[in-house]
Amino acid sequence: MLATDLPFEKPLVELRMKIEELRRFTEDKGIDVSDEVAVLEAKARALADTIYRDLKPWQRVQIARHSDRPTALDYVRGMCEDVMELHGDRNFRDDPTVVGGIARFEGCPITFVGTQKGRDTKESIYRNFGMAHPEGYRKALRLMKQADKFGRPILCLIDTAGAYPGPAAEERGQGEAIARNLIEMFQLRVPVVAVITGEGGSGGALGLGIGDRILMLEHAYYSVIAPEAAATLLWKDPSQGERAAERMRITAADLKAFGVIDAVVAEPFGGAQRAPAEMIAALKVAVRESLDMLRRLPRADLLALRQHRYRMMGSFGELPEEGDLPEVDVPLPTLQE
Amino acid sequence: MLKDLFPKKKRYATISPHPSARDKVPEGLMNKCKSCGEILLYKELEKHLKTCPRCGYHFSLTAYERLEMILDAGSFEEFDARLTTADPLDFPDYQEKLAKARAATELVDAVVTGRGTVDGLPLAIGVMDPRFVMGSMGVVVGERLARAGECSLRERIPLVIFAVSGGARMQEGIFSLMQMAKVSGVLARLAEEGILYISVLTNPTTGGVTASFAMQGDVNLSEPGAVIGFAGRRIIEAMIRQKLPDEFQTAEFVLQHGMLDKVVHRKEMRQTIAALLSLHAGEGECVGN
Repeated sequence: MLATDLPFEKPLVELRMKIEELRRFTEDKGIDVSDEVAVLEAKARALADTIYRDLKPWQRVQIARHSDRPTALDYVRGMCEDVMELHGDRNFRDDPTVVGGIARFEGCPITFVGTQKGRDTKESIYRNFGMAHPEGYRKALRLMKQADKFGRPILCLIDTAGAYPGPAAEERGQGEAIARNLIEMFQLRVPVVAVITGEGGSGGALGLGIGDRILMLEHAYYSVIAPEAAATLLWKDPSQGERAAERMRITAADLKAFGVIDAVVAEPFGGAQRAPAEMIAALKVAVRESLDMLRRLPRADLLALRQHRYRMMGSFGELPEEGDLPEVDVPLPTLQE
Repeated sequence: MLKDLFPKKKRYATISPHPSARDKVPEGLMNKCKSCGEILLYKELEKHLKTCPRCGYHFSLTAYERLEMILDAGSFEEFDARLTTADPLDFPDYQEKLAKARAATELVDAVVTGRGTVDGLPLAIGVMDPRFVMGSMGVVVGERLARAGECSLRERIPLVIFAVSGGARMQEGIFSLMQMAKVSGVLARLAEEGILYISVLTNPTTGGVTASFAMQGDVNLSEPGAVIGFAGRRIIEAMIRQKLPDEFQTAEFVLQHGMLDKVVHRKEMRQTIAALLSLHAGEGECVGN
């Protein structure tokens, strides 16, 4: 098994290794076993189908975290021309976790921002494992306001377990940085397309995720908090991430059903990490559709619709006016729009 | 046996209060200061607005206690008091948890909102209550605060929010996260309309509440010693594998690092808010045309 294979893929990987072994062995000996190999290969295909057709939330979380998935810069470089990265928040430093800049998407200039993960250990450390500091959010905001100034659409590529929980991040106002992005992204007068490409963890994801079209890759997750952290808070046991992933409804399909996101972008069979180029091409199509749609909206409508979208998040009801509060058996409230 | 040579003798008679006498001591007659250990009579504590007269420690307040301290007597008009969550994730045991919190607090959720006056000046107000599921933010908190903000917009009156929160309500998952966006969206409209928003961060204000409306005030105030942060202390300590100093994430620390405008003692909170409301009462007529 390779390090890039995921635990739940083990039976498939082993079967494929056996097929390969058999093929090599018989080739050396000059024996023809192509019929047997064909049978085994069909079996492998069936097995792969069973594994990937109905992935559990926790398995998707593992796929979403796979280090071979395309990163923000991979997407931008694959989807755009004339990519120019821009740096710095103009206040403190350049956060390598948040990348951003200007590029040309199908002829039109756009501004991109995103959280960047590393592929190997060295780069992962440099990118702080995709967990941004406050200056990262401030850098993103600077570039988004620049986009607003020059009338460029904004593409946000989100892949983060969350904003970095460290002493320096607290000192420099991690909460304030995210809070400011939340308020100011509502005021951007240009279309904003946000894509959760892998992990959509907590306020760290939302801090780049206020937009007019929210897309999510098929195996990405988007959650109020990473599943392990949720398990710690709910059951004081970080090893119950799998249970939290099930309960918290964090998959793309769940969020589409909830209306939190607009569209799910299908991934190549087995996940984006298995065919990055295919994934990048698929996302390009989805981004083009979103931008075309948003470009047709008058700017005033764009802002009003953005407001409305988030204003409507979450259903609620009213407890009956009369009498005491129910003791234990709370009746399910009637839903309002 | 050797120990038989030293029989254990009861030297003193133990006198315990008669059970009926014990029952006569009313609950909460005395409080111990959590910071300096001073024993305080409840009446004395109330006189000091639930702060320790010796060390200044600020005890936590319920939403209604807070409203009483800030608003003009009898001026409060509550909004949406019966609003309740639809439990969007159908989360196991959540309804029971809510029912227990409701029974214990007589609140429907973790925030009380409405309209009132301070020194006669009108404002919309939201006050969180730390007793209700740790003041966590779910759909109801988001919705009630958003509606309070919309009252501000409609009537062009300032908005004041007293935050106290452990952060997002886990049981409402992504909808809890989306409340950060919902309230921010309304506050963005206040900003565009030039309507004052004062945020007061009280002990503790953490997580998604810090990363949204609590840090979005035109003026951010806090009470002394309040814990204010994004990530929890334990999470950070686990991340860096070392202990953090005591003053880390206190209001004074956050003030020093530039995220707050002012740390205000509870006894001066009302007049500070009144002064801010008064300073913002005009519509910019002093800048000329």
